[in-house]
This record gives sequence, C-alpha cells and structure tokens, in this order.
Amino acid sequence: MQREMIEARKPPVLSVGFIGWCREKLFATPTNSLVTVAILYGLFSLIPSFIQWAFVDATWAGASSSECSSEGACWAFISSRLDQFIYGFYPQELSWRVDLFFIQLAAVLAWLMIPVLPGKKYSLAYGLIVMPVTSWIILAGGLLGLEPVDTHDWGGLMVTLVLAMYGMLASLPIGVLLALGRRSEMPVVKTFCTVYIELWRGVPLITVLFMASVMLPLFVPEEIVFDKLVRAMIGIVMFQSAYMAEVVRGGLQAIPKGQQEASDSLGMGYWQSMCLVVLPQAIRLVIPGIVNTFIALFKDTSLVLVIGLFDLLSIVQAGLNDPAWLGTSTEGYLFVGFVFWIFCFGMSRYSQSLENNRQEH
Amino acid sequence: MLLRLWRDPAWRAVFFQVLLIALVFLGGAWIVNNTLTNLESRGISTGFDFLSQTAGFGINQTLIEYDESFSFMHTFVVGLLNTLLVSSLGVLFATVLGFLMGVARLSSNWLLAKIAAVYIEIFRNIPLLLQIFFWYFAVLGVLPSPRQSISLFDSVFLNVRGVFFPAPVLDSGGMVAFWAFLAAVVIVGVIVLLNRRQRKNTGRPLPWIKTISLAVLLGLPTLSFWLTNGSLHWDFPALKGFNFRGGVGLLPELVALWFALTIYTAAFIAEVVRSGIESVSKGQKEAAAALGLRPGRVMNLVVIPQAMRVIIPPLTNQYLNLIKNSSLATAIGYPDLVNVFAGTTLNQTGQAIEVIAMTMAVYLTISLTVSLLMNMYNRWVALVER
Repeated sequence: MQREMIEARKPPVLSVGFIGWCREKLFATPTNSLVTVAILYGLFSLIPSFIQWAFVDATWAGASSSECSSEGACWAFISSRLDQFIYGFYPQELSWRVDLFFIQLAAVLAWLMIPVLPGKKYSLAYGLIVMPVTSWIILAGGLLGLEPVDTHDWGGLMVTLVLAMYGMLASLPIGVLLALGRRSEMPVVKTFCTVYIELWRGVPLITVLFMASVMLPLFVPEEIVFDKLVRAMIGIVMFQSAYMAEVVRGGLQAIPKGQQEASDSLGMGYWQSMCLVVLPQAIRLVIPGIVNTFIALFKDTSLVLVIGLFDLLSIVQAGLNDPAWLGTSTEGYLFVGFVFWIFCFGMSRYSQSLENNRQEH
Repeated sequence: MLLRLWRDPAWRAVFFQVLLIALVFLGGAWIVNNTLTNLESRGISTGFDFLSQTAGFGINQTLIEYDESFSFMHTFVVGLLNTLLVSSLGVLFATVLGFLMGVARLSSNWLLAKIAAVYIEIFRNIPLLLQIFFWYFAVLGVLPSPRQSISLFDSVFLNVRGVFFPAPVLDSGGMVAFWAFLAAVVIVGVIVLLNRRQRKNTGRPLPWIKTISLAVLLGLPTLSFWLTNGSLHWDFPALKGFNFRGGVGLLPELVALWFALTIYTAAFIAEVVRSGIESVSKGQKEAAAALGLRPGRVMNLVVIPQAMRVIIPPLTNQYLNLIKNSSLATAIGYPDLVNVFAGTTLNQTGQAIEVIAMTMAVYLTISLTVSLLMNMYNRWVALVER
C-alpha cells in the first residue's frame, strides 16, 4: 500500500519561468508572435540609432551649432543657454532670489505631499496664503530692501512655474466657490455660476488669453495698467477655475445628503457645515481630478507664448531663431518636452498613488 | 425688525441674490462705461459695420472662393471652415488611433501593451503646443525644397511646402457615377433597415443580403459609368517654377497641426477606451468565450458595444477639447478662425470686443451643439431597463 504522498510532478519546463512567461505573454498565438517579432524588429532598429544620436555622437558643450558634430545631437544649445532657459532675463547677480523661490516651492510641496511629515494643516495654510505673498516679494522685489525686478525680465522655467503656481492656488478656491454656487438653492446665484462655468468651458484658452491681453485693458480706467504677466494669470485663472468647479461639483454630488442634514440638525450654519463637514470629504474624494486639472493647467501655461510672454517653451523657441544655433530645433523641443513631462508625469503618478492608497483602506 | 428678517433664511437668500444682481449690474456698467470711454479716447468705433469692409489680405488655404477684395465677413467664414477642416480630420484619425491604442493597452501581448502604455504616458504629458512646434519646425521644417522633393511612385510628393497628392478629375459621366454611388449607399441603407426589421420580427435575416448589397454598391456606379461612357483621370501634381501645381496640396501647417492634434488627443482617447473596456465585467467575456466566440469577436460583439456606454461621454469631451485645441493653429500660422479673424482681422480693424466675442461665440456654439448631439446619442445607447 502506498503510504507516502506521491511528490507532485514539476510543471513542464516550457510552461513556467521565463520561457513560460514568454510563451504566454509574447507568443500565445501566431498573430501574437508576428506582432511581437514586428515590435522587436522596430525597437532594435530604432533604439540603438537613437542612443547613438542622443548620447554617443552628441556634443555636450560649445558656442554655436557649427561646433557640433553633424551625426549627433547638439546638446551644447541647451548647456550654453541653460541659465536663460531657467531664469529668463532676470539679472544674473540676483538669480539667487529665483533659486530661493524654487526652494520654497519645492519645500512646501514636499511638506504637503510626503505623508509622514506632520502639520499638514499648517503646510496647507502656508502654501495657500503665505507662499503667494512671499514668492511675489522675493521675485518682484521692491520691499524689504530687495531691488525691484520688472516682470518683463522674467522668463523661462521660472515664468512657467510662477504661472502654474498662482494659477493653481487661485483656481482651487474660486472653483470651490463656483461649485458651491452651482449647487446653491438660490436661483440667481445658481444661474450666475452655471453661465460662468459653461461659458469658460466652451471656449479655447487661447481666446481667453487674447481677451485678457486685448480686452482687459479696455475694461478698466486708463490709469490702471495691468502687467502683462498678471493679465495672463487672470486669463488662466478664469479659465481653469471653471474646470476646477466641475471637478469639485462631482465630489459634492458624491457626498450623501445625510451629511448635510446631520450637520444642519447639529445647528451648524451653511458655511460651517460646508467647511467642516461636506467640503473636506468632497475634496478628498476628487483629489485625482484636481491633480488632473493641475496637470492640464501646467501644460496650458505654454500657451502664453501667443501673447508674447517668455515661458520655458517660448524662450527656447526664441533661442532657436538665433542664427548661431540653426538646426538644433529637435534638441530644443526634446529638452522642453522632457522638463514638462517630468512635472506632469510626476503629478499623475502622485495622484495615482493617492487613489491606490484610498482603495486599500 | 431688520434683525428678524436677517435671521430668516428665506429673506436672507433674497437679500444675497439682490446684492449679487446689483453687484453684477454695477460691475457690468462700470466695465461698459470704461470701455466706451477708452474706445472713444482711442478713436475706435463700435458695432459690426466692419464686417462688410474689404479685408485686403490673402489667405493661403481657402475652402471657398476668396481673395483680397472680399469682406471681413468672408474671412470669418474662411477661417471657420479651416477650423472645421482640421478639427474633423483630427477627430477622425484620433478616434481610430485612440481606439487602437486603448485596445492595444489591454492586449494579452506584453510588449504591445507596454508600447501602448509608453505612447500614452509620453504624449499626454507634453504640452500640445510643443508637439505642434515639433512637427512643424523639427520634422516638416527640415524637409527638402520642392526641387528635391521626396516622392512616392512619382505621384505623392513631400517637401517643405507641404504634401501633394494626385486628385481625381471627373467628367460628366464620372459625376453620374459618383451620384450613382451615393444612390447605391442610400439603397443599401434601406436594405439594411428592412433586414433589421425582418430579423426583429421573424428572427431570420433576409436571404442573400450581403451579396445583394455588394452588387448594388459596386454594380450601380460601374454600370452608370459604363453606360454614360464616362472617364476618370488623375490630376498629378507637377513641379512648375518654385512649387507644385495641380493635384491636392496640404499645407505643412495643416499637416503639423493635424498630426499633433491626432497624436495628442489619441493618447487621451486611448485612456477613455481602456477604462470603458475595463468597466465591462469579466463574466461577459467569459460567457462569450464559453459560447465559443473567438477573442476578436468577443471584443467586437460583446465587449465594445457595452463599453460604448461608458466611453461616449468622456469621448465627447475629448472631441470638444480637440476642436478647442485646434485654435493653437495661430501659433504656427495655419489660417484657422483664431488666426485669420481674432488675429489678422483684429489687428487690421482694432475692433477687439466684437471680434473676440464672435470668435468665442463660434466655439461656444460648437461646444453646446456637440454636447447636445452626444447627449441624444447617449440617451439612445443607454441601458433600457425592462
């Protein structure tokens, strides 16, 4: 009689491990195999030549495109103008102030985004209220003995980040107010907010920027002169706050009515129940949507090029017109694309990780 | 007394709304007043009279007859048509590419799924304007001059001035065949409808349905072409002087904008399609497989029809985004509405308010119309609970 358990037989060597994985994931059917082979062929013919062009044959430093090798990428265009791409025309001896702005922004973001750090409430308050003020003082100067720097001299990555930061900080609260207004029981408030939201969501940002740049000066008395950068900011905020409002409204709709009724029965007023009960839940629910709107806003800052501001894209574009750097457009666009991609991809990964965290709980 | 009214929520609501109306009106009046003063001091007249003035500038791509002597109203229409042209090209190709990529993203082939994922993550995280510039300046801008054109079978030419295709030229007989083809399409449509009704009533399709449809679709145009003794020849593009003449030429601006819009929007559509397909429960796929359907048919007959309900609303948003994004044309000089109207016309007439209001109204109308149509479609495909 057999008393011992018969040892389980090993699966056939062709169905486990790397070979099994390949058979299942790459060569499951004839069509699948064909697709795999075609893609592999494509990758092997493209990637080595790209690496050859971008790294092996590339020229990393130089003063004009004539110093670059004709086979490889001309990264000298980026390296020789990196300062301009980051600081624009900001006076060189004052560029530490821009660095300070970058550091403050990075510090506040890290404080907000890294879950283990304490005091989220303070970081939020600092980011929403204090940071806009200190950033403007640091960059524009004119106060605390800082030498004033005109916004005409701002440019490059710094303008992109300034526009994105103020755009995000202003569009979030305005969007929340609009979302509350659209769900309000007062017909006038509701109509006003609905019309505002649908109007801005129905037109392209470029026309809003044109409007902000051409029509805004007509709307105010001639004595008031708006800075070009501020006009662009107003346009971006008007536009993105409408999108933000729709995202927040989605969150508000997902909160059961019982929450509002419970806080009413506790004797809370409208603003108390909204700020203490409904909004914290609603906003936590739509953080991914808010981050997506932030990503769209970040990418949209590049549109200020059409009204003549020098953000990262337009300063590189202007650099490409320099006769000394003819034929380096691919390198320039790859650089700008990479910088934008890092920021946007980082944001989208962060929102995905938040979403995954929430699903685990 | 006043305090008691203040404590009554109904009265407080009335108070706030009256206050809001007053503020909006005062603000509006302030803006209108400022604007009128500013316009007067700058010597700009108001009103839409400028629309009948002569434009005095040419446009390098016009879908209708147009030259410098036409009015600003015509430039408006020309720009609008150019916007619609690039938008419809973009919508068409972005849908195809987006669906392909969305399905590829979920492919059982690991390599294909990863390639699609990399495509999506790269192109949706880079500003559209940058992508337009890339295609226009870095790809199309470095193509050879017309004399050194890259040619395909000596009929399609690619150079720095654009892409040139041969164009079919139809004589009267050819036109008859063209109309016969349209008639055939209508007839086949009727046959399909009849067939559907028959199948609904009896559970069986009409006999020979595919053969008859094909015969009508091919036979009718051929027959009329042969009967009228028609002829069809192709108008080939040819180098004349410094540029190509004849055939159909696409401006490099159009090609760049079209590519960029297609590739950028397709990345978003792919994500929409992916989430739509993932929303169909696994049981549906397993049930279809248990019935013996092959993977391709499971996708086409079971998964996609159900996924469409989830896909349509966000897909509409992507279409609207594409139409609005086509306004970036102005950055590379493609003569769309924003470029020729909110750009050149505004600069020539100085009538900023009227011009920008008209431009915005166009986009607003398109947006509202498309969302209306899509809502109707949405109601049509929505689940009908018995």
